Amino acid sequence: MTTAQIIFLVVAAVTLVSAFMVVTTRNLIHAALWLVATLFGVAVTYALLNANFLAVVQVVVYIGAIAILFIFAVMLTRKEMRDQGPQLNSAWWISALLAVLTFGGLVGMLWGWKGMDTLASEMPVGFDSVSALGDALISPNAFVLPFEVASVLLLAALVGAVYVAFNPRSGDSRK
Amino acid sequence: MDFLKDPLKLAADWLIGLMTGWGMPEGVAAGVAAFLGIFVLIAILMVIDIFLVWLERKVVARFQDRIGPNRLGPFGLIQPFADIIKLLIKEDITPANADKVVYNLAPMLSMMSVLILWAIIPLAPSMLGVDLNVAALYIIATGAIGTLSIIMAGWSSNNKFALLGAFRQVAVMVSFEIPMVASLLIPTVLAGSMGMNAIIEKQDIWFFILSPLGALIFLIAAIAELGRAPFDMGEAESELISGYNVEYSGMKFGMFYAGELLHAFTFGGFWGILFFGGYRFFGLEQVSPFLSIPILLFKAVIGYWIIMWVKYTMMRIRIDHMLAFNWKFLTPLSFALLIVTALVHALAKDAALWVYGLSMFLSNLVLGWIVVEFLRRYSRAEREKVEGPARPAMEAAGH
Repeated sequence: MTTAQIIFLVVAAVTLVSAFMVVTTRNLIHAALWLVATLFGVAVTYALLNANFLAVVQVVVYIGAIAILFIFAVMLTRKEMRDQGPQLNSAWWISALLAVLTFGGLVGMLWGWKGMDTLASEMPVGFDSVSALGDALISPNAFVLPFEVASVLLLAALVGAVYVAFNPRSGDSRK
Repeated sequence: MDFLKDPLKLAADWLIGLMTGWGMPEGVAAGVAAFLGIFVLIAILMVIDIFLVWLERKVVARFQDRIGPNRLGPFGLIQPFADIIKLLIKEDITPANADKVVYNLAPMLSMMSVLILWAIIPLAPSMLGVDLNVAALYIIATGAIGTLSIIMAGWSSNNKFALLGAFRQVAVMVSFEIPMVASLLIPTVLAGSMGMNAIIEKQDIWFFILSPLGALIFLIAAIAELGRAPFDMGEAESELISGYNVEYSGMKFGMFYAGELLHAFTFGGFWGILFFGGYRFFGLEQVSPFLSIPILLFKAVIGYWIIMWVKYTMMRIRIDHMLAFNWKFLTPLSFALLIVTALVHALAKDAALWVYGLSMFLSNLVLGWIVVEFLRRYSRAEREKVEGPARPAMEAAGH
């Protein structure tokens, strides 16, 4: 086994264990913190794949914004930080079945794929993946349309959030 | 001569040669050498950190017209060591009902979020941990870990003052991240890369001259990110005692404190790197890393001194004013500046260097003037709401 494989296996194991802890721990804040560990594991996986930009953005967006938002939401909405109810409902076996089937399907799909046991070609020296990504995002031949549509969608969500939160009766927001 | 040019590589090669001579495989030897490099860097940083405590106390004393530590050693230089011994022998208290694992993890994460920043700081052209092509974003990502450590500390202490402090601090850090990103994009636009070395190499003219407004916004956002005065509402010792770290004692508190000082020093360094040419100083950096490291450290200390200067002369800003200042003023301004910078850069980048520099500087000046004019009108309108319209006689007299 190469060093990269060992690192990958360790990271994958940590990610899986923390993902499992997210859904099994009874303390909601601990669940959020385990989620942070999971997301960090995914970021490390990206870094192992030479996807620097994705790895860093994963940390900035998911840990820096979304996980913090989760923690805030939990703290602001719950007085008791412990979940007391049963952790499984009567449909648990359907979910388990679906999960197993999905995993089986993925394994079946990838079984015959010859990319599984070929090594990825080395990145050419001096290749700047970030500028390539930037060019692709604004190039008309590549992803400029989806990129702009996504920005408009996010802007619409932002305006919608302001509209929902704005209370017209209070009028002047500066009081 | 080779030693003067690239001492780090020479030392690493010598170490690897030594270890392979002992029969170690080359990969393992390279790993051990890299680990030793990291260890030495962190050790040096911690020693610098000890003297930062002394520096901070001495500077704050001067600002407040005191002498500062002056009893132990020359100029009180041994004082920080005495402080460390005191911190180490203090009783280590864990509050009742505290979440022990999270409580102990928080100071470590806080310190770690500062130390990993040094992986991308170029001390010399050949001396840096990793020349990441997304270094500017990496700064934001480490800030995210720092934010996490604060909320962990505040929540796990089981103390409502700590939690309130953490809430405030995190609100400030999360919101000032946005002008921070926008102002980090300005050197990125100017240099055409997010890598720290590329940014430094492009600074034939300091980016501070090309974009003074960007440098100012970065400094403000950095001070807020550090949670230092005037943005230290999370600490607010007169109402929250000390904020998120109130329950920490001994060296765990020391970790937060040392982390904060080193963080301020590091951001002083980033200010120097992004806007003041980093290790460059009239070609001296080409001679030897032994010259470029002091240059960078000198710029970092200057940046740190300015951060301290702001901290000890400004009053604390109320939390709602702080957030309104960010969302209604700094964020729009930083995005406007980013758009202007990108436009001027696209239009003038092929012109002569002085035309390019002048148009950049003037565009910043014009934007700054518009902002000041806008603020003047706004504050006058606000004042007229309270005091009634200004009397014409007073206007004529120039009041």
